Amino acid sequence: MLGLGAYEISVITAMGIAVIFALSLNLITGFCGQISLGHAAFYGIGAYTSALLTKAGFPIGVGLLGAVILAGLVGIVVGFASLRVRHDFLAITTMGVGFLFVGITRQMDFVGGEMGVSGIPASGFGKPGFMLFVMLCVVLTILFSLHLKRSWMGYSFDAIASDEDTAKVIGLDVSRYKLAAFAMGTALAGLAGALYAHNVRFIDPESFGFVESITVLAMVVIGGIGSVPGVIFAAALLSVLPLWIQFFDEYKLLLYGGLLFAMMRFSPGGMAGLARRIIPSKAKGARS
Amino acid sequence: MLLDVSAVTVRFGGVTAVNGVSFSLNKGELLGFIGPNGAGKTTMMRAITGVVTPTEGEIRLLGKNLTTLPVHQRVRLGLGFSQQLVKPFRNMTVLENVALAAGARHTASPFSALFRIKRDREKEQAAQLLAQVGIADAADADPSNLPLGYLKRLEVARALALKPSLLLLDEPLAGLNHAEAHKLADMIVALNRAGQSIILIEHNLGEVMRICSRLIVQDNGNKIGEGDPETVMNTAVVRAAYLGEGNDHVAA
Repeated sequence: MLGLGAYEISVITAMGIAVIFALSLNLITGFCGQISLGHAAFYGIGAYTSALLTKAGFPIGVGLLGAVILAGLVGIVVGFASLRVRHDFLAITTMGVGFLFVGITRQMDFVGGEMGVSGIPASGFGKPGFMLFVMLCVVLTILFSLHLKRSWMGYSFDAIASDEDTAKVIGLDVSRYKLAAFAMGTALAGLAGALYAHNVRFIDPESFGFVESITVLAMVVIGGIGSVPGVIFAAALLSVLPLWIQFFDEYKLLLYGGLLFAMMRFSPGGMAGLARRIIPSKAKGARS
Repeated sequence: MLLDVSAVTVRFGGVTAVNGVSFSLNKGELLGFIGPNGAGKTTMMRAITGVVTPTEGEIRLLGKNLTTLPVHQRVRLGLGFSQQLVKPFRNMTVLENVALAAGARHTASPFSALFRIKRDREKEQAAQLLAQVGIADAADADPSNLPLGYLKRLEVARALALKPSLLLLDEPLAGLNHAEAHKLADMIVALNRAGQSIILIEHNLGEVMRICSRLIVQDNGNKIGEGDPETVMNTAVVRAAYLGEGNDHVAA
């Protein structure tokens, strides 16, 4: 179908899921300025929820919806932590949430424990159909991100990301905005996780560990914190590199770590910042 | 009565920063709130804005009790304030800083904010306010590149954009040179003449004496004087507090 082989279809599907996952973290960290080192937990909650629901006989639509809702609800709970702690401490707290998720899924038998969940039902659309479905989700996520950035909510997020205390001075209910960011970002991560579960059809706690949280953060930082095109580009690139070239898969963490360091050192604005510097005339358009 | 502060006490552990201070403000007034270093002026200001919660006492704005409300709710009830240390949002232009405040009605709830995009009207209002405070030329500038005088005015414009019933200015003249301070003080007078009620917390005695119609003097957390500037500044206790003419002088 579409002249694509099975391999290309699986690459594009994986890439699409990575883009949704990275954009979901971009809502929280990029737009609202709240660091999260445990975002894979929500990816995992979505994956487990949809996997277990569909294995119990529910249609995939219910699985995806359940994944979005449960990840979003847990996200709000974690969001409450962001109301009490900031910056480095929020990073440590969210990292703890990530470890908590892995710890719980390992110990609980009804989610498969160490063995994980296998035999997850496929989407039922066939591989090409599922790819198209993922691409549809990608397009909707991108449109939502772009809309959000242009809306007064995105405007308020900018203020909160810059200076929370001053945001209060202009009447913003910072707590509610932060909770909204966590709810939306984690719900979207839940969707990405559910898509992942139905794509690979086997999940275990290790698929959603600290390395995954760092990987997705690397995508956001390398793309350019808060930049929708930058994050899409970085997520697409970093998700397919290890698939394309075996060498990168073996040295994935080294590559991400190196890129993270290089970006922080030489271009804190990520690839988007780099692009803005190279093409200065575009700078104004990219900022607004 | 616009603002009524009654018997407000703020304690930090064993330190009493503000001790049972009461005062009030009528609509249209320009009230100067002064005192030497460490007098507890900023703490009093913070009790009004909601950064610190008074240990005792009550603060009412237009009859509504603010005492336990968080900062953003006080702002929505009509309190606007400029901070002593300028804090522009550095990820947006000067105009956008003010336009965001001008769109306060869009941002009351995150949910409704998600469904609004247009900013033209708020940008127009912001441009007018920037002109009013005299920094229209910096509208598109990145606040990080501006001198302090501009940023102080930006603070005032951003507070005005909220259309506050009461404007609190915390040391707006601090750090400015004589000419700049004079100009900004003139602007504050112009705002007041246009009907804006203002409390000015200031260190710059000369300008305060020049522009305020009424003064409140605080020292060591206690209110030590209130009234028209000339009279207040001539009372012995205020002179002692300011000039360090100490008790020995009074005794002698």
